[in-house]
Amino acid sequence: MASGRMLEELFELAPDTYDVTLFGAEPRGNYNRIMLSPVLAGDKTYEEIVTHDADWYRDNGVDCRFGEAIVKIDRKKKQVISTSGATDYDKLVIATGSASFFIPVAGNDLPGVIGFRDLDDVEAMLAAAKKPNGRAVIIGGGLLGLEAAAALNEQGMSVTVLHLMGHLMERQLDPAAGYLLQKELERRGIRVICNAHTNAIVGTDRVEAVLLEDQSTHPADIVVMAAGIRPETRLGIDAGLHTERGIVVSDGMQTSDPDILALGECVEHDGVVYGLVAPLYDMAKVLARTLTDEVAAFKAPEVSTKLKVTGVDLFSVGDFGEEYEEIVFRDPAQGVYKRITLHEDRIVGLVMYGDTRDSSWFFDKLKTHEDISEIRGTLIFGSAGQGIDPLAAVAAMSDNSEICGCNGVCKGTIVTAINGGATDLGAIRAVTKASASCGSCTGLVEQVLSSTLGDDFILPAASGICACTDLSHADIRRVIKSRSLKTIPALMQEAGWKTSCGCHVCRPALNYYMIAEWPLEYADDLQSRFVNERNHANIQKDGTYSVVPRMWGGMTTPTELRAIADAAEKYKVPTIHVTGGQRIDLLGVQRQDLPEMWADLNAAGMVSGHAYSKGLRTVKTCVGTDHCRFGTQDSTGLGIQLEKMLWGSWTPHKVKLAVSGCPRNCAEATCKDLGVICVDSGYEVSVAGAAGMELKQTEALAKVETEAEVLDLAAAFIQLYREHAAYLDRPYKWVAKVGLDWVIERVVDDLENRAALCERFEISQSVYRADPWAKQATPEFQANKWAALADLTLEAAE
Amino acid sequence: MSNWIDIAALNDIPLRGARVVKSRVGCVAVFRTAEDKVFAIDDKCPHEKGPLSEGIVHGTAVTCPLHNWVIDLETGMARGADEGRVNTYEIKVEDGRILLDGARLLARSAA
Ligand code: SRM
Ligand SMILES: Cc1cc2nc3c(=O)[nH]c(=O)nc-3n(C[C@H](O)[C@H](O)[C@H](O)COP(=O)(O)OP(=O)(O)OC[C@H]3O[C@@H](n4cnc5c(N)ncnc54)[C@H](O)[C@@H]3O)c2cc1C
Ligand code: SF4
Ligand code: FES
Repeated sequence: MASGRMLEELFELAPDTYDVTLFGAEPRGNYNRIMLSPVLAGDKTYEEIVTHDADWYRDNGVDCRFGEAIVKIDRKKKQVISTSGATDYDKLVIATGSASFFIPVAGNDLPGVIGFRDLDDVEAMLAAAKKPNGRAVIIGGGLLGLEAAAALNEQGMSVTVLHLMGHLMERQLDPAAGYLLQKELERRGIRVICNAHTNAIVGTDRVEAVLLEDQSTHPADIVVMAAGIRPETRLGIDAGLHTERGIVVSDGMQTSDPDILALGECVEHDGVVYGLVAPLYDMAKVLARTLTDEVAAFKAPEVSTKLKVTGVDLFSVGDFGEEYEEIVFRDPAQGVYKRITLHEDRIVGLVMYGDTRDSSWFFDKLKTHEDISEIRGTLIFGSAGQGIDPLAAVAAMSDNSEICGCNGVCKGTIVTAINGGATDLGAIRAVTKASASCGSCTGLVEQVLSSTLGDDFILPAASGICACTDLSHADIRRVIKSRSLKTIPALMQEAGWKTSCGCHVCRPALNYYMIAEWPLEYADDLQSRFVNERNHANIQKDGTYSVVPRMWGGMTTPTELRAIADAAEKYKVPTIHVTGGQRIDLLGVQRQDLPEMWADLNAAGMVSGHAYSKGLRTVKTCVGTDHCRFGTQDSTGLGIQLEKMLWGSWTPHKVKLAVSGCPRNCAEATCKDLGVICVDSGYEVSVAGAAGMELKQTEALAKVETEAEVLDLAAAFIQLYREHAAYLDRPYKWVAKVGLDWVIERVVDDLENRAALCERFEISQSVYRADPWAKQATPEFQANKWAALADLTLEAAE
Repeated sequence: MSNWIDIAALNDIPLRGARVVKSRVGCVAVFRTAEDKVFAIDDKCPHEKGPLSEGIVHGTAVTCPLHNWVIDLETGMARGADEGRVNTYEIKVEDGRILLDGARLLARSAA
């Protein structure tokens, strides 16, 4: 493409200065390569995208050698060698573009594995699409891959996109916009698999399937390689031109040989290689001037990206990652997401999804480095939003404009309710249901109240769980459930998060809510966890850790004690303490020793005690009937059973239990989250106690006759707590909010509900009843997590 | 003069996470943000030396695991009301590899 544009510039400046010979490896002249996507989709024909036809070349006296590739440059003789021989030059221009990058896996050369670069590729894909029920696998979820995916889907193929990274188009989009894009493509029937590591392409005579690292197989009649492009630099390298990632050119587009110039995707200027057309056009201008001995210099432009898929509006430019500061706008109902990043009151980056109408207005401000401090408050609303205050905007909305997308409530309905006496948020929710579902329109409803009631209504301050959202914990849990949101980015988008990826307050809470709601589907996000839960040990003030192995029900054996003693000596543990939770704490362990120490303890049959988790900590017991003269039941045995059932589970805050063998209560069961007191006639189960910052006695939940019932009550109570409590509320705080009667109704009285709670707990435990130490003590974790990334202390000094 | 050292692949660091590089002047925490930007700063919180590499990464900041100071990865400055600063080091990604400027890290004396 660059050659055509450059010749236009040259012929305009100085029509007769050069005799031009044009070599092209493709058997055709210049066409608009970026329009290959519409050709593939059937929206355009090849003829419509030709930019320079035979007449044009003839009129300008260009000697065309299409289908004739250059194989060598002889700089000494100033000749290029092509298949038909040598041709002399005074000046040589290289514009060889790029080639599709074929990922290096077995089978990447099978027939049916196609790049996406030229007309031949498009024709090969269209041929495959003619076959009924054809299946296409696209490797790469970037710009090219997605255009191919959408087009082939249009052509009736069943399409799967395999993308290596966590979200689509990760170079242009942030996770939120990537999520929206994925949702739209899936709505069209395209399958999208992220974090997909391709292991091999398989087939005997031609491609049959793609095999991923997770051993899943994806049948394919064609595989489109859209995993990137590589600058076509071979001619430059062979000729000894200075070449890095691309052929290096000066500001005037000259290579290291002044008689050889280069432009387009094959060049590198100032360390940058371009993959979009806009910069190539600037290069063409400069190069034509250099050829006519004018002085001109190429300046790195800002390049923006748009995806050419009908019905998908997407725009991205600049440094949206470097969020010095950011303004985020989300309209979950419309699927709109906009994010502006700012540095010193100037726009440095922009991502828009769903509504790109103002992209040029923003882009212009970015390119001209305009100071936006004056309009900062309304900047995100774009050109139309300038000069309008939000209240006036709400006042100007028509009665038919929708305010609450979840319940389809229009402004008129709300105004009628207000005039009928519903003068606060609670009343509006009760009468109209507006903002009663996901709550993300709460602010708007309040603005309607304010604009209707004037001074009689005072806008309340936001009450979100952190600065990233106005939603409460309960709101968030409701949105996750009602909209089946299964990832953190999905939730942040649908619930209108004000930051791009949350903060240290909301992320751990969201991660917990996802685990609790989707135990089988959600992949725990270690990076959203506080250090203790990520490293499965308690961090100490000096950066060392404490290690507490589990001692079931406070019981231990000589073997366990010996293993603990051995570990303490081997890893030079400075402090050993007997905890208040009936087990042993090894304090002051070096981070890098953790996995090995765990492996040693595992070998002796011990597992993590989760002394660090918002999850089950300990089940304290007393010695009970086995030894004590007052013991009424096997308190120790019951405690061990409870601990074996509950361990590993994640909960909103920590959970501690105790079982005492008689009302003397030596295990202190009446100040735990759940306590059991054994009596002659059975078991008294009580809940919602605490002995930490607050001291609170438990309250009776139920009295039962068998151990099995105790176990069921415990599982059901903890599951109810898991499903309803706000993150970081201990059970006693949560019970105070919902009321003990509400809990008893669900856990004790309604047997069907109790069984359902137990079942859901078991489903979750099928994943989480496992030792995290054993998992993280493996060689894989050793290399990827525990070892230093690099050790420069061994590197020679300068 | 910078001295670019290839230390690892970008994918060796989890998204929104950090890993540590040992050096003669102490540990350097290398962060990777949600958008694949990398940053290198001393692994020592200006408050009470908490290991920043173990904090939660959000946007271009990290929250210290010990007492929740929020440190800006770009400038090394504490954000909000807290005051303090850690050293930052030049770092970049090329072709999926992380290059760290060793100029100050390989200095003969641990100044
Ligand atoms: C090790 C231990 C003290 C000891 O040596 O005995 C301990 C140590 C810590 N406790 Fe505790 N608590 C320990 C038993 C207790 C007990 C007694 C008990 O469990 O019977 C209580 C009161 C009972 C209760 O929880 O209601 C207790 C109430 C707390 C609290 C207050 C909780 C509350 O809701 O009010 C905290 C703070 C928190 O969790 O937010 C806390 C937090 C902590 C932390 C995790 C502080 C921290 O974040 O670093 C301490 C970790 C030290 C470490 O690195 O190991 N620890 N802590 C005990 C470990 C028990 C175990 O084997 O797992
Ligand atoms: C499907 C698709 C969609 C795209 N969409 C967009 C978009 O929306 N926006 C955007 O900005 N960019 C887009 N691009 C990128 C854009 O097309 C390229 O940036 C542009 O074509 C590069 O121009 P170029 O002249 O450097 O290379 P090319 O256009 O690739 O031209 C290079 C030519 O040199 C020939 N050649 C290579 N080696 C030799 C040799 N040894 N001898 C002779 N000839 C040789 C090649 O066959 C080719 O014809 C898209 C690309 C594709 C493939
Ligand atoms: S009582 Fe306070 S100081 Fe002692 S271990 Fe518990 S949290 Fe730490
Ligand atoms: S040491 Fe980092 S906040 Fe205290």
